[in-house]
Amino acid sequence: MDQFILQILNGLDKGSAYALIALGLTLIFGTLGVVNFAHGALFMLGSFCAVTLSKFLSLSHKVVDETRTDFLGNPLQVDVPYVHDWFGVATGDAIIDWAVPLSLLFATPVMIGIGFIMERGLIKHFYKRPHADQILVTFGLAIVIQEVVKYYYGANPIPTPAPSAFKGSYDFGLLLGFDANAIIYPYWRLVYFFFSLVIIGAVFAFLRFTTFGMVVRAGMADRETVGLLGIDIDKRFTIMFGIAAAVAGLAGVMYVPINPPNYHMGMDFLVLSFVVVVVGGMGSLPGAVAAGFLLGILESFASTAWAVSNLPGINQVIIYLVAIIILLTRPRGLMGRKGVMEE
Amino acid sequence: MSKSNFSRRGVLKTGAIAGAGLALPTYLRADSHAGFTNAPGDSEVVLGFNVPQTGPYADEGADELRAYELAVEHLNGGGDGGMLPTFSSQVLDGTGILGREVKYVTGDTQTKSDAARASARSMIEKDGAIMITGGSSSGVAVAVQALCQEAGVIFMAGLTHSNDTTGKDKRANGFRHFFNSYMTGAALAPVLAANYGNDRKAYHLTADYNWGYTTEEAIRSSTEAIGWETVNAVKTPLTQTDFSSYIAPVLNSGADVLVLNHYGGNMVNSLTNAVQFGLREAQANGQNFEIVVPLYSRLMARGAGANVKGIFGSTNWHWSLQDEGSKAFVQSFGTKYGFPPSQAAHTTYVQTLLYADAVTRAGSFNPCAVAEALEDYEFDGLGNGKTLYRGDDHQCFKDVLVVKGKENPENEFDLLEIVEVTPADQVTYDPNHPQFQGGALGTCNPGA
Repeated sequence: MDQFILQILNGLDKGSAYALIALGLTLIFGTLGVVNFAHGALFMLGSFCAVTLSKFLSLSHKVVDETRTDFLGNPLQVDVPYVHDWFGVATGDAIIDWAVPLSLLFATPVMIGIGFIMERGLIKHFYKRPHADQILVTFGLAIVIQEVVKYYYGANPIPTPAPSAFKGSYDFGLLLGFDANAIIYPYWRLVYFFFSLVIIGAVFAFLRFTTFGMVVRAGMADRETVGLLGIDIDKRFTIMFGIAAAVAGLAGVMYVPINPPNYHMGMDFLVLSFVVVVVGGMGSLPGAVAAGFLLGILESFASTAWAVSNLPGINQVIIYLVAIIILLTRPRGLMGRKGVMEE
Repeated sequence: MSKSNFSRRGVLKTGAIAGAGLALPTYLRADSHAGFTNAPGDSEVVLGFNVPQTGPYADEGADELRAYELAVEHLNGGGDGGMLPTFSSQVLDGTGILGREVKYVTGDTQTKSDAARASARSMIEKDGAIMITGGSSSGVAVAVQALCQEAGVIFMAGLTHSNDTTGKDKRANGFRHFFNSYMTGAALAPVLAANYGNDRKAYHLTADYNWGYTTEEAIRSSTEAIGWETVNAVKTPLTQTDFSSYIAPVLNSGADVLVLNHYGGNMVNSLTNAVQFGLREAQANGQNFEIVVPLYSRLMARGAGANVKGIFGSTNWHWSLQDEGSKAFVQSFGTKYGFPPSQAAHTTYVQTLLYADAVTRAGSFNPCAVAEALEDYEFDGLGNGKTLYRGDDHQCFKDVLVVKGKENPENEFDLLEIVEVTPADQVTYDPNHPQFQGGALGTCNPGA
C-alpha cells in the first residue's frame, strides 16, 4: 500500500510537468491549429531563464585573498557577489537562495515576448501550410534554440537548487501511519505540484471567466463566425500563443531544482507531451491536464523495480502503449471533440 | 538510326589513360612503399582527434580537444613543454615526431558509435590520419577501436571505463591509458569498508548499457568480497532524466547504501534526485544511509553541485595531485586556458605523448612497430606514478584515485578531494580474469 501511494506521489510531479507543457501545446493547436514541436524548447528556455537570473544575481567581483592560493599557486581571487555589497551578506545570500522563485517574475515577460516573436516572426507564415510543414519548421526551430543555448551555456547540466527552506523531504508515511521512510516526498516536488495546479487553474479561469477568454473559446469553436462579428481573433490567438509559451516557460523555471537543466531537456519532454495531448484529445484543455497526470502516474508505476523485473522495458514503452490503445479505440482522445483526428 | 562514336582504338586509349590516372595517386602515395596505412611524408604527420563536439558529452570533448592542441604544441616545440620534461622517456625533443611537424584533424563522435566510426573513417581515408584518438564513451571506444584495427592505424582510447574496451573487445591496434570498472571496484571497496564497515546492504541503480553492466559487476564483486550484501540491482534507461520512481523505493528496500552506476547526465540527475529524497540524512538498519558514485568526473560533479559533498567515488586523475608531471600539466593547461584540466583532458594529453614517444623509440610510424614499443612499456612522470602498458591486453596499470566530494570547496574547480591513492598492484588483475574474458587481441594490422 505504501508503495502504491509512493508511486502515485511520484507520478504527480512528472504529471504536473507533462500537464503544463501539454496544456500549452493543446492551447496552440486549439487556437491556431499549429502543431508546435518547438514547445519543448520553450520549456527549456524557461529553465534557462532561471539559470540566467541565478547567474545574474550571483554576479561577482574579485577580491584577492593573499592568504590562499589558486590552482596555479597565485593568490586566490575570491568571488564576492555584488548583492553582498548592495544588501549585506545575509540579505544578499537570501536573494541568491531564492533565485528560482524570483525567476518566475523574470521569466513571465521574457517567455511571453519569446512567444510573440516566435508566432509573429515565423509560425504565422505556416498557418495555411500542411501540418507536416508546421512540424518540420517548428522542429527545426527547436534544434536551433537548443544549439544556441548549448553555445552559451555548454552541454553539461547546470545545478540551480531550490531555496534552502525547501530542501529535504516530507515523510508522508508517518502521517498515514506507515513506518518511517516508507513514503517520503521532497518538499520541492510538492511545491511543483501545487504550483502546476495554480497555473492550470489560472489558465482555465482566464478562459472561462474573462471576456477575452470567452472570445478565444468562441474562436476555437468557430473562428470564421467570430471573425465575421468584427473581432480580431488573430490578435487574441497571438496573445494566447504568448500565454502558452509563458506556461511552458514557468513550468521549466520551477522544474530546475528537480533536475539540473541542460540544453536537451526540452526534447526529453516534447515527445511525451505530444503523446499526452493525443491521449487527452487534440485541442482539449481538460484532456491534456487529465492525461498529463494519468500518464505521469502510469509511467511512475511502470518504473518500479517490480514492474521492470517482470516486464523488462515496460517503463520505456508504457506511455506509447497507452497512446496506441487510445488511438485504436478512441482516435479523438479521452476528451477530444468529435471529429478531431477522426477524419 | 543511330551511329556509335566508339572505336576499339579509342576505347583502349581512353581506358589506358584513365587507368594510369587512377593508379598514379596510389603509386605516388608513400604507404604503397612503406607497407602501412597513411605513412607520412618527410615534413609532417597527421593525427586524428575524434572527440564529442556535439551531444551530451560536448564539454568533455572540448576539454579533450584543448589537451590535444596543447600536446601538439608541446610536441612541436611550442609553449612550456608541459609534461615533456617530467616524462621518464626523454626521446621527445620538441621537433615533432621523428622530425615531422605534427598536424591534426578533428572529428565529431557525437557520442554515437556510427557517427564516431564515420568521422574516424573520414580522417583516415581523406585526411591521412596515422593515429586516431579520443572519445568519451565506451560504446564509441569499442566501435572506433574495431574500425582502426580493420584500417590498420593505431587507436589511443580517450575516456572509456568499461572493462570490455581492454577485455572482450580488445584489439591489437588499440591502447587504453584510462582505468576501468574493475580497478574502480578494487580501489573503492577497501575505502568503503574502512568508512562504512563490512555489514552493509547495497542497492544498485545501473545505466542500461555496456559500461553500466561492467561497473555494476565490478562493484558488486568487490563489495561482496568485503562482506556487503547486494539487495537489488535495477537497470535504468540511458534516456531517463527523472529517477524519482527508481529512488523512492530504495529507502524501504532494506538497503543502507545506494550505488549509482551512472555517468554523465544520468549521474547528475540520479544523485540530485537521491539527495532530494533525503537519502543523505536517512537512517537504515541502524546506520547512516550512504551513496556511492563509482566513476567521478569533475565536469559532471559540477553539474551535481553541492549534492556530491561527502560522496565516495574514483577517478583516473585529478588536477590537485602534487607529483611533478601533474603540476607541470596543470600549470601548462591552466596558463593557456584559465582553468585546470579534467581527467578526460589528462588522459588524452598523455595518450598523445605516449604515441609520439612510442613512434620515436620504434623509429617508425608503422602501427605494428608502434604497438610493439607500447607493449609492456613502463614509464613515469605523466601524473599517475609508475605505469605499465601491459602487452597482454593493452591496458595501463597505475595508481587509482579514490575521491570524495569536498565538503568546503574553495573555488568552482575544487569539487573533489583525494582520500586515497590506491597502488597499482592492488588494482592489477590477471589478463584472464572472468570480468575480462571472451575476446582476443589478435594480431597487429599495419593496413595498406
